[in-house]
Amino acid sequence: MTRPDPSTSVLPGTGLGTPVLEVDDLHVEFRTRSGVVSAVNGVSYSLTEGETLAILGESGSGKSVSAQAIMGILDSPPAVISGGGIHFEGRDLLTMSPEEQRKVRGPGISMIFQDALSSLNPVYSVGYQIGEMFRAHRGTSRRDAKKRAIELMDRVRIPGAASRVNDYPHQFSGGMRQRVMIAMAIALDPRVLIADEPTTALDVTVQAQVMDLLEDLQRDTGMGLVLITHDLGVVNEVADNVAVMYAGRIVERGTVDDVFSNPAHPYTDGLMSSVPQVEAKGGRLLPIDGQPPNLAAIPSGCPFHPRCSRRRLGDAAAPGRECATDLPPLRLVAPGREAACHYSEEVLGV
Amino acid sequence: MGRYIARRLLLTIPVLIGASFLIFALVYALPGDPIRALGGDRPLAPAVVAQLRDEFNLNDPLWLQYVKYMGDLLQGDFGTDFRGRPVLDTVERTLPVTIRLTIVAIAFEAVIGIVAGVLAGIRRNGFLDNVVLVSSTLVVSIPILVLGFVAQFVFGLQFGWFPIAGIQEGWYSYLLPGLVLAAGSLAYVARLTRTSVAENLRADFVRTAKAKGLPRRTVVVRHTLRNSLIPVVTFIGADIGTLMGGAIVTETVFNLPGLGRAVFDAIQGQEGAVVVGIVTLMVFFFVFFNLAVDVLYAVLDPRIRYD
Repeated sequence: MTRPDPSTSVLPGTGLGTPVLEVDDLHVEFRTRSGVVSAVNGVSYSLTEGETLAILGESGSGKSVSAQAIMGILDSPPAVISGGGIHFEGRDLLTMSPEEQRKVRGPGISMIFQDALSSLNPVYSVGYQIGEMFRAHRGTSRRDAKKRAIELMDRVRIPGAASRVNDYPHQFSGGMRQRVMIAMAIALDPRVLIADEPTTALDVTVQAQVMDLLEDLQRDTGMGLVLITHDLGVVNEVADNVAVMYAGRIVERGTVDDVFSNPAHPYTDGLMSSVPQVEAKGGRLLPIDGQPPNLAAIPSGCPFHPRCSRRRLGDAAAPGRECATDLPPLRLVAPGREAACHYSEEVLGV
Repeated sequence: MGRYIARRLLLTIPVLIGASFLIFALVYALPGDPIRALGGDRPLAPAVVAQLRDEFNLNDPLWLQYVKYMGDLLQGDFGTDFRGRPVLDTVERTLPVTIRLTIVAIAFEAVIGIVAGVLAGIRRNGFLDNVVLVSSTLVVSIPILVLGFVAQFVFGLQFGWFPIAGIQEGWYSYLLPGLVLAAGSLAYVARLTRTSVAENLRADFVRTAKAKGLPRRTVVVRHTLRNSLIPVVTFIGADIGTLMGGAIVTETVFNLPGLGRAVFDAIQGQEGAVVVGIVTLMVFFFVFFNLAVDVLYAVLDPRIRYD
């Protein structure tokens, strides 16, 4: 695990902290009638208290599926966790009974989703839905649960919380709805919050407010935050560490500063070049050629090789490092840097 | 909401006038002479026929007959049949039978339909789901007339579990006809519930409910069933009106002296006042329950508001 850069660490002085969430070689498959789709193929990471880990990737890279596996809310069937382990505070979630697992969701790990409108139940008031956390996990009375709901709505800065507690989700704006989701997720002071594209459905100005709120809450509570996103700007602003996913694997990992300033994997490099930069105004954007891989038929060798401009095939490759046949493992390529590319050193330019 | 209900109630007035005129015209258009038919094999004396025709305004043109009928109606006079029995008496005698039949049918429809639909929807493509699929398709494709006679024959005659006809055994006599009357709607309710539950189980807010660590029971009952039953409850509500009107066949097959039977007999005797009175009442029930459903819909789903 990389040590967070002290200047950006949200818990200065706590050093490494204790890992609260450890994902170990996680595999998730979708077993459908038309074949097996490998959505997550050996993902490992750990999250310490107060850390913000961004998981970056395009649609279909397995970032959301791995989060749903952690939460135990995979749609199964067809989804099956076919291997690996998920440890929360040292306990293996996958070997727990469903009832023990349920008790972790909420007080231990909780999650917010991309589309708050469809993720909130349209027929219950927001106060009821927030209060449900207390009623289900702590047996709080309906009346007290409502009081707690108002406090939480205040805490996520929903104006006029007391008068809006009985309103329904459709009566709120997009940003306010996402705050309701956040209030619900942090209700029981979870140790880990997984935010799955929390700002994707929001306006840019509102995005910033919601990210600020998440940062503030994290600073106050010291929870670990797993931020799933495809938005490089958001990662750059709030995350300590970043894991880049491609075709269900982590292809690069490191601190945000390192990864963004000097990518070690051609895919990350391509991502950086395809995003407008203020400094490079007027320059051309370079899109990554080709399409994201079909997860039912992931290319052999390095899954990125058909799109990679640096690929080495046949005799051009070093022995055992042929891009189309040899799968590159995630390995240490520089201090605090891991990447899954046979030629990371070249990409890094060392 | 109050204004909305008031507006809807006002709208029922033209509906009732239109419906009653339509029925009136249809009875008028029936071939044959109802007065001559009264005498059966022995023709009535011409003087009697003339007097009766005059008494029931049968010599007037259609529009005048209708105006006179409505004029009486507004004074609270629902008219009489050709034998001089007030239409209101007939309604008073037969309406309770039809109401009981409808209550039994709705109870079957709601309880069996919803339970079967929920179980099928929760375990989609499971054994029970297929049982519900096959049996509901079967029931829907059999005409209610055939279903009625088969039920009568099998459960009434062969097994002797239920009375074959009549209402001598109180509520118990209504069970078989109620089930037959409900059969089609019951199958529909089961399918509707099944689809609705299966769809909601995949909804994002159900995923949220699981992520919140709510017990499975809460996830299913509060966050899936509550939402899934909105279309089902509204269908059942609207179906009350339909069933009351649709009881004609069932009441005839099982010989129940209800509104349907009364209207059937009245049509055969070309009793204009009776047919119009009862059918207009059925139309009123239909319109009323539809309004009730729309109001209920707003209560169940906070996203619906009428202004």
